[in-house]
Formats: sequence, C-alpha cells, structure tokens
Amino acid sequence: MALLQIAEPGQSPLPHETRHAIGIDLGTTNSLVASVRQGMSHVMNDAEGRALVPSVVRYQEDGSVLVGYDALKAIAKDPKNTIASVKRLMGRSLTDIAHRENLPLDLVDNPGMVSVKTRQGVKTPVEVSAEILRVLNDRALQTLGQDIVGAVITVPAYFDDAQRQATKDAARLAGLNVLRLLNEPTAAAVAYGLDNSSEGVYAVYDLGGGTFDISILRLTRGVFEVLATGGDSALGGDDFDRRIYCWVLEKAQLKSPPTIEDTALLLLRSREAKEYLSTHPEAPITARLASGEVLDVTIDMATFAEISQMLVSKTLQPVKKTLRDAGLRPEDIQGVVMVGGATRIPLIQRAVGEFFKQEPLNNLDPDKVVALGAAIQANLLAGNRAPGEDWLLLDVIPLSLGLETMGGLVEKVIPRNSTLPVARAQEFTTYRDGQTAMMVHVVQGERELVDDGRSLARFELRGIPPMVAGAARIRVTFQVDADGLLSVTAREQTTGVEAHVEVKPSYGLSDDQITGMLKASVDHARDDAQTRALKETQVDAQRLIEAVRSALTEDRHLLNENEFQLIESDIVKLQTASLSGNRRQITIAMDDLDADCKEFAGRRMNQAVNRALAGKTIDSVEEAMHDLHQVANAPLKEKK
Amino acid sequence: MSDSKAAPGIAITADLLGADFFTLLGLPKRFELDIAGLNERFRQLQREVHPDRFAAADDAARRASMMLATQINAAYQTLRSPLKRATYLLEQAGIDIGAESNTAMSADFLMSQMMWREQVADARSDKNLAELERLQAEIADDIRDAYSDLAVMLDQENRTQDAVEGVRCLMFLEKLREEIEDAVFALEDL
Repeated sequence: MALLQIAEPGQSPLPHETRHAIGIDLGTTNSLVASVRQGMSHVMNDAEGRALVPSVVRYQEDGSVLVGYDALKAIAKDPKNTIASVKRLMGRSLTDIAHRENLPLDLVDNPGMVSVKTRQGVKTPVEVSAEILRVLNDRALQTLGQDIVGAVITVPAYFDDAQRQATKDAARLAGLNVLRLLNEPTAAAVAYGLDNSSEGVYAVYDLGGGTFDISILRLTRGVFEVLATGGDSALGGDDFDRRIYCWVLEKAQLKSPPTIEDTALLLLRSREAKEYLSTHPEAPITARLASGEVLDVTIDMATFAEISQMLVSKTLQPVKKTLRDAGLRPEDIQGVVMVGGATRIPLIQRAVGEFFKQEPLNNLDPDKVVALGAAIQANLLAGNRAPGEDWLLLDVIPLSLGLETMGGLVEKVIPRNSTLPVARAQEFTTYRDGQTAMMVHVVQGERELVDDGRSLARFELRGIPPMVAGAARIRVTFQVDADGLLSVTAREQTTGVEAHVEVKPSYGLSDDQITGMLKASVDHARDDAQTRALKETQVDAQRLIEAVRSALTEDRHLLNENEFQLIESDIVKLQTASLSGNRRQITIAMDDLDADCKEFAGRRMNQAVNRALAGKTIDSVEEAMHDLHQVANAPLKEKK
Repeated sequence: MSDSKAAPGIAITADLLGADFFTLLGLPKRFELDIAGLNERFRQLQREVHPDRFAAADDAARRASMMLATQINAAYQTLRSPLKRATYLLEQAGIDIGAESNTAMSADFLMSQMMWREQVADARSDKNLAELERLQAEIADDIRDAYSDLAVMLDQENRTQDAVEGVRCLMFLEKLREEIEDAVFALEDL
C-alpha cells in the first residue's frame, strides 16, 4: 500500500503558479519581513525605505495601537504603555524574567505567562507580538499585492516549548498560516549557504537583542544538518545597553534618582551610544532628565570594552559547550556566520575571531540575514523550488525533555540535540494495588532535579483498570515535530486507555485541548543568571552535605571522634554559609568540607574496593563503582 | 524536476514503518558498517520523507511523513553509534542485554576498571591535564580494539554470548571515556 504519494522529489503541486510565502524575523529589538521574488530573497521596506520594524508596540489613549518607529518615539514619554523587547516575556512567568526591575512596565503575573498592564487593559506577550506580526503581514500584502500562503517565523534555537508555542499562537492571532517555526541560526545558515554554496561545518554566532544562540551545522549536498545548538536565553544586545546605562548612572552622580521615564530615555541613549561606538572611538551621551538636570558624559571604546568584557566571555561558555556536544574543536569549523546587530560590536568580532582563529563572515547584513533565510525556506515550503535549489533542513531539539519520577528527579526521555522529528517511548507502572490514575509531569531542561527544569505540562492518565501494583503497563510517548513542538501520549498497554496532550502553556488563548482530564501548568523556573548561579551553588552544597551525611551514616566507624567532630563542624559551617546567600562563602565552606573529608574518602575507597572484589556481579560492582565515584571525586559536586 | 543529485525514487510504503532499522536504511544486517553509506542513505531518505516536503499537504500525509521521518531519525541514531548498533543487533537476535544484568564480569576487567577510575580521579584532583589526555588516548585505543573484537564475534563467528559480554564491557568503557572527556573539558575551561 502506498502510504505517501511522492511523485518526484522537489516537484511543486502547481508548477506554473507562484505561491507567495514570507519569512519573518520576529526579533527582540527589531522585526523584518522578507520574501523571494525573481529567485532572490529581499527584505521588504516601508514607504520610507526602512527595512526594520522596531519591535515596539504602543497602546494609545484613543484605543489605537502604534507599532514600530512611531511607537519607539514615545518610549521615553509613555514607557508604561509602550512595550519594547516583548520577546523576552514570551512564554515566561514573572520570576523567569531577567532584569525585570529595569523594565519600565507594569507586569502582571498570570498563571503560565506574565502579562503587561496598559491603559488598554492587560495584554499578554502573545497579543503584543501579534500586533507586530500584523504590521509585517500588511507590509507583505501591500508589497506582493496578492495572497500569502503562509509564513516561516524564526525563533531563537534556544527557545523552549512554551516560548515556541507562544510564538506560534501570536502568529495565529495575527491571522498568519505558519508553515514552520525555524531556528534563527539555521535561517542565517540557509541565507549564507545558498549564497556561497559552501560545504563543510559552520558555526552560527547569533547575538540578538535579548537572546544568544550558537549553532553548529554541517552542510552536505543540500542538506543542512544541525549538529548541536546552545546558548543563553537571557543574554543579548540589551545587556550591553544596560552596562552602559549603569556606567552612565555611576559616572553622572545624579542629584535625584532617575524616574521611570528617565530610565527609558537613558536606556535608549545607551543603545545609541553602543551603536555609535561600533564605528567611532567615542560616543557622547546627553539627556535632559525629568528633574531638569542635564546629563552629559562621553564614553570611549576602551571603557565600553572594559565594562562589557564579562558579557562577551559569557557568550563563549555556551560556544565551548556546544562545540563539545557536536564532538568538534574550534579548528574544525570552516566558517563563522555572524548574526544580530550586536555582533557589529568590534569587541565581539575580535573575541569570536580569536576563539575560532579566523575572521568571522560578515558579507550579509547581520540584521537582515535571518529574515532572508526565513524567506528562502518559506518559498521552498510553499512549493516554489527552482532547479538546483533543492535542499533540506534537519534541525534539533535544543533542550532535553523528561518526566518527573519518584523523588523529584527527572528521567530524560529525549536528549538535547536529537534530530527532529523525534519520538521516544518509556514504560511506567503503577506502584499501588488498585491504582486507577497516574500523573505525568513533563519537564524540559538539562538538570537532574525537577525543580531546576522548566515544567511544561502535567496531565493525568485516568481509567486504568484496577490491578495489582506493577501489573499495569503505561507507555508514555513523546513526539516532537519539525517545529520543535511536543505532544505527549500516555497509553495503558493492556486495556488501551489513552491520554493525549498537545503541550501548551495555559495562558488562556484557545486551550480546549487541555480541559477535562488534562491540566497543564508552568512552574516558576528562574532565569536570572546570578540567582541561578547562587541557587546552583546552594543545591551543590546541599548535595555535598547529603553525600557526606550518608557516608557518615554508613561508615562512621572509619573515623575517630576528633575526625568526626571536625567534619560535623564543617557541615554546620556550610549550612550557615548556604543560608547566608553569599556564593563565595558557600564555595569556601564546600572546599573546607571537601578537604577535611579527603582521608575519610580514601578509607571508604579501600573498603569499597574490597567489597566490590568480593561480590563480582555487575550490580554490586555498579554500586561499588558508584560508591567509589562518590568518594573518589573529592569535590563531589554535581556533574555539569 | 531534474536534479542530477536526486535519488532514484524510493518506494515508501507502510512496510517501511515497521521495518527493522537496517532494512529501513537499506543496509546489510551486520555490525561492520559503511558509515559514509549510512550518512548518504539517511540524507537521501530524509530528503524524500521529511515533513518539510509536505508542509502544504493534507493532514494525513503530514502525519505519515512525520512518523516516517521520526523512524528514520531513530534508525540513524541507533546505527551510527557502534554500541547502540551492537545492542540493537543482539536485541534483533532475541537477546536482551538488560535482562542479563546478573552476569558476572571477569575479575580482571573489574580490577582494570578500578585502576582506570583511580587514575582518572587522581589526575582530576591534581588538575593534571596532560595525564588526563594520556588516559583519554589510552581508553580510545582500548575501545577501538574492543569494537574490532566485537565485529569478529558478531559478523564472522556468531559468538553471541561473547558479544553480550563485549557489549557490557564497552558500556563501562564508553562511560569512562565520557567521564574523562568531562574532566578534560572542565580543566580546559579554567
């Protein structure tokens, strides 16, 4: 039986008709729309010849909505009703948002996703993004003068499921047919790949307004294979603006504290200064503040380099990790594609060049390259394939997916960097006699504890016929489609009872699917980098304490009283440090405890070796290895 | 459409969905594998069945394409890793590696594992990168040898029980290699 009707690879359904499709780069700072016309990808401009649409939405007093440059103009005078960088809020809850204290917005913490209080009522980030998409769609309709079959919308590769869903919902709200969500770095590679017809392994360094992505791709005869992807969803060009803003405040020594309007104005001036510094040795920053005070400072390149050095190195960490995930070294990379306006910063160009030991590729405009690639992919998906332009994108899932198991641990079901689409099934059983329901909790992230990951959905499989504990066989299947979106099915194998959920955060758009037996909730994972680092250290400290305690419970007999007391007092010190919230103190206390446990660890190792050799079965050795591992790795810290 | 590199039409039928991974990727069912051929065949298949080929098609075709593309990805991931490939071959022959978890390992092997781990732990706590890299090279050699042995057992001599033990040893070795890599990465990062 023919399952799929395939005539010829690459044949369009209606060969003589051009079906227009558009590519949209929905950016943190700016958005663009592009399409392929006469075989070339072009960004569409407005009447004044401008390609960029600032991703700013203003809700006006008369009930109308302004988007783009007109909205941007009002950002300093009406900051609470003028929303910029809404992308940072997509699919996030209040506690997820980094630097929210610097945002001049009234944020409302709705379950699932934060919203913004404006004079036109509470707006979700999905609604705000839809306003931007509408403007882009209108521009495309005007430029192309005919119907559009669909759009490819780009998202940061590092977007998790909730952020992707929110983006897709925004497009739906704007009346767009989404052909595909495409990862931004992949889109950039498409734009470059087709222009340069290159083969080999490429890195895409994408520093957008609010997110940083690094992707490693292999191009082989028309197939773009993403090998690995990584990044930081809370690091972007905006952070450089904020560094300048903080420097300005420190330098200016204002007589009165800045108002919300002042902050918005100074952030804008900081951004302008950052852009100016890409081509000039110094940039003046002047502003008249609400108090009447006039601020006038000048920042030079060296100062800017100094205050932003930390941010630049912060991008290189995920680069190293992603290369490693791909099993590659910097010298294996044939070219480095630069994406995002922030990559114009000379310091970044230099740092990336030094890391990869080659000049980064800059021949396409880093602001436009993503939209250009998205349009090329949209054109392909719409069925307009020109000879020789037949290619395929194989993308990956950026973050691992797992299920909560007993004890708040995560069992990884689909590891990160698996090629899409991907499915994986796992079997579970009941643990009580007569149990008729089971809770399934889906988590995304790399960490081993449920509390450290992002909770995507909780749902319940009901109607399991009563059986003795362990008799039911419940198969939970994860399916991630080519957009990187997840659906989960749980099925009891002996009876066929089934529960299915399209994983969607519950922010109240159209959630019919989640009603009834299914209930999704999104937890409050924290993205604030410093808080996270502290929290991780506290978790590490807790684990160290637990590991030492359990070692003491088992093998206290290996210590004399003095040794035991020393370790006990180290534990107390570490607990105190952990509560203090001072990360450095915690680290020092951990090192002390580690050091004082060294001898103990050695004695335990001897004991474990003897025990393992006495047993000789794989289980006991596995256990002994585990013990050994626990004691031999003196720092006992969690493996990153 | 004439694309000189396009594959000859592949008959995509429902049978393929249920086929074993070797059949799906059109390769002989054995351990030794032409990796270049595997890569090529994988890309060729995805070119035809990937959901991007059906973005404008009806729901049924889109769904079928996703299922098939998913299956091809699974097959590729399994076959390109020698350890997963060997495990899969044994499973296909009706031998479940996991079910034999009480098989005793040889004392020699266990002892060598202990020594390995001790050396790695020492090198790690001494922050001795050169030593870790030496260990890394050494274990890479051991692993390569173990796979050559496995190929003989599986493809030529049909010694499945020995192959099971070989696979189990390799599970240890691969895990160890990963730990050494982690340690090297952590040190290089300082």
